[in-house]
Amino acid sequence: MDHSHTHTTGRRELQMARSMCWHCQSEVSGEYFCERCVKVQPVSKEADYFTCLGFPRRLTIDLQKLEAKFYELSRAFHPDFYQTKSETEQAISLSNAATLNTAYRTLRDPIQRAEYLVAIEAGAVKEIRSSPPADLFEEILELQETLEEFRASDQSSESGQQLRTQLQKEQHRLEQRKQEMETQLERLFVEWDALQDRGEATSESRAERDRLLKHMREILSNRTYVKNIVNDLVATIG
Amino acid sequence: MARIVGIDLGTTNSLVAYMKEGVPTVIPGREGRAMVPSVVAMTDNGLIVGDSAKEHLTRNPARTVYSIKRFMGKGLADVQSELAYFPYSLTEQGGVIRIKLGEKSYSPPQISAMILKELKQRAEAHLGESITKAVITVPAYFNDSQRQATKDAGLIAGLEVVRIINEPTAASLAYGLQEKTQGTIAVYDLGGGTFDISILKLKDGIFEVLATNGDTHLGGDDIDRRVADLLLSDIRTAFGVDLLAYPDHMQAVRLEAERAKIRLSESQKTEVAIDLPEGKGQFSRELTRDQLESLTADIIERTLAPCRFALKDAGLAPEGIDEVVLVGGSTRMPLVRQRVQALFGKQPHCHLNPDEVVALGAAVQADILTGGTTDMLLLDVTPLSLGIETMGGVMSSLIRRNTTIPASAKEMFTTYVDGQTGVDIHILQGERELVKDNRSLARFRLKVPPLPAGVPRIEVTFLIDANGILNVKASDMRTGQSQSIEVKPSYGLSDNEVERMIEDSFKFAQEDVSARKLIEARLDAGALIATTEKSLAEGGTLIAEKDAAEVRNALSALNAAKEGQDPKVIRARMAELEQAAKPLSVAMLDDSLKRSLHGKKVSDVTKAR
Repeated sequence: MDHSHTHTTGRRELQMARSMCWHCQSEVSGEYFCERCVKVQPVSKEADYFTCLGFPRRLTIDLQKLEAKFYELSRAFHPDFYQTKSETEQAISLSNAATLNTAYRTLRDPIQRAEYLVAIEAGAVKEIRSSPPADLFEEILELQETLEEFRASDQSSESGQQLRTQLQKEQHRLEQRKQEMETQLERLFVEWDALQDRGEATSESRAERDRLLKHMREILSNRTYVKNIVNDLVATIG
Repeated sequence: MARIVGIDLGTTNSLVAYMKEGVPTVIPGREGRAMVPSVVAMTDNGLIVGDSAKEHLTRNPARTVYSIKRFMGKGLADVQSELAYFPYSLTEQGGVIRIKLGEKSYSPPQISAMILKELKQRAEAHLGESITKAVITVPAYFNDSQRQATKDAGLIAGLEVVRIINEPTAASLAYGLQEKTQGTIAVYDLGGGTFDISILKLKDGIFEVLATNGDTHLGGDDIDRRVADLLLSDIRTAFGVDLLAYPDHMQAVRLEAERAKIRLSESQKTEVAIDLPEGKGQFSRELTRDQLESLTADIIERTLAPCRFALKDAGLAPEGIDEVVLVGGSTRMPLVRQRVQALFGKQPHCHLNPDEVVALGAAVQADILTGGTTDMLLLDVTPLSLGIETMGGVMSSLIRRNTTIPASAKEMFTTYVDGQTGVDIHILQGERELVKDNRSLARFRLKVPPLPAGVPRIEVTFLIDANGILNVKASDMRTGQSQSIEVKPSYGLSDNEVERMIEDSFKFAQEDVSARKLIEARLDAGALIATTEKSLAEGGTLIAEKDAAEVRNALSALNAAKEGQDPKVIRARMAELEQAAKPLSVAMLDDSLKRSLHGKKVSDVTKAR
């Protein structure tokens, strides 16, 4: 099972390395412009967003550098500069620019960046579902009840006001919790990057990798859950 | 590459501009004015556009169309509340509004096309070359249907719309070119009918839009309407006359309200005067700036919420904005400037001509597309979230608002029933949870091979291009085959309809040409008749009576032809008259020569030679 997986990945890399320029058929290996005929090349469907923007798979990214790269590639791909070119080039430019924009939007935000990395490391771009943090389960159930009560109550009455104050407190607590989770994530990001930088291929490092991914996935999914509840609260109590 | 002009197709006025040796320049008309009023009138002599059409607003209100931009990409139900204000008659056909002018009905893109044609001709006359390509601006908050309608208008006018760009971002290009600033700017654009706010980051020639917001139904028109309502109620109280029953007077009130508003941007008070119908005399009153402001403060206030939303989406506080740029004629109002200054905490930049800056920016974008300007690049966003209808009438968002365009999203579809051969997809735009609260853009049916439920895998790609217009593609993941999709727009013209309107517009163009030929032939005939009659009166005695009779016969023949409809016949009779009048002109020439030589010596004459 494990063996066949490595095998397909290997073949895919081989294909990428040997891809040909759509125009002059000379060899191109990941460059955006053919070295011989200078025509724009489509961004490979296999390339992840990190590769697309020329960054290593790390969770700490220099945003200044990321922006500079995004601007540089926008100048290379944007349809504005392909208006006088052939239809094929226009189509490549459009699709490359759309991919570039998605890549930049994803990597620019630390949470989206981590969610994306966790997903591609798992081998498939699977959506990270939101799930409540185990220790908050009961508290959140209670909160939902209070919210229902508040929605049904006369909000200007004294009891309505009391419920609102209670909910505001809950909102504050949850926001704090979300903040804590983000701090926790940042620490995991640093650990992840350090592990990658070491580049070891031992069984310990593989176990460490799996542990980090699992932990990040869990916090990310809890964070999304808490974020949604906070949004719900803000929308209801204003 | 052929030249591309930049066009600002405005609610109240439109302009065309081009890049002249690196400087964006607006193209004036024959009278030197750059602005063409966005007004189209159907007269007995055909359709007219611009300044001359504006004169028909009060003379022939039912057949004079203004503010057509408000109806672009809309259905009749969208504009129900304001129908009473428009003197022309609106109906609907296939989800698209139609305006009845005389015998025929026109869609808003057709009316807009007439304005575009006027601008096209103006540019052609000025530049001495045929113009076939244009960049046209739209409000940033225009949805897909409204953008598509604008593109259709271009096609009908014989223009390839190379790019649709947003008005505030166009303005930022002109601003950036002139001021060479870096940093974060907010463009506040309050025009005749629409409001936009865009927040941009300017850095090393890149104009990156961070967020945009707005209201496509908020502008100077609404302010004029408030003033007009005040005048109408005053007149009702003082004279017992309801001008709503007099469309021509209604237009006079609307125009006077607009003029008074404009005057109050300069002075503190002004006199307003309206002629009343049925010899009831004239109504007049004084209007102060304070009165105008208390009357319209809530309208101006409505522009501030979108500004706050845009700031929030851009992740910025008002202090994060380095400069506020004002665009659109309505930003001349002192109250607008005050409110903007209060919100952003800094004095707005108003060194640009708010009427022209959008067209100038469109010209800059046109120059970028032709490869003239290479150091500037605009990265714009889609103003509204795009999604599809899912179970329970809920919208599932695929591309969020303020996503940089081009933007794409892929979605996998499958079947729920064995042998199912199609999946219906409903595309929506908007920020609300429920389908019914969002704008329906289009529907289409995905073709699926008949297989057990869940087996087919069709990937649909939704792509918003650099114009902010949606393109949809589908491919069967099992076979790798792509399928073409026929999207039926909810509020737009189908491709066939646009095709037919383009043909119609060529037909009209021919009718227009023959109408012009007739008018010119009549004018020329009139001039020839006048000079011949004059000659006949002066020199009729110099020629034989037979020759004089022939001239008189040819004259009456031409007079008769001039009343007819055929320019060719007129030209033929003119040629005959010129032929018949030859002896007369020869005799008159001889006579004048003789008289001028009279009393001179032969030697003087030769010397003079």
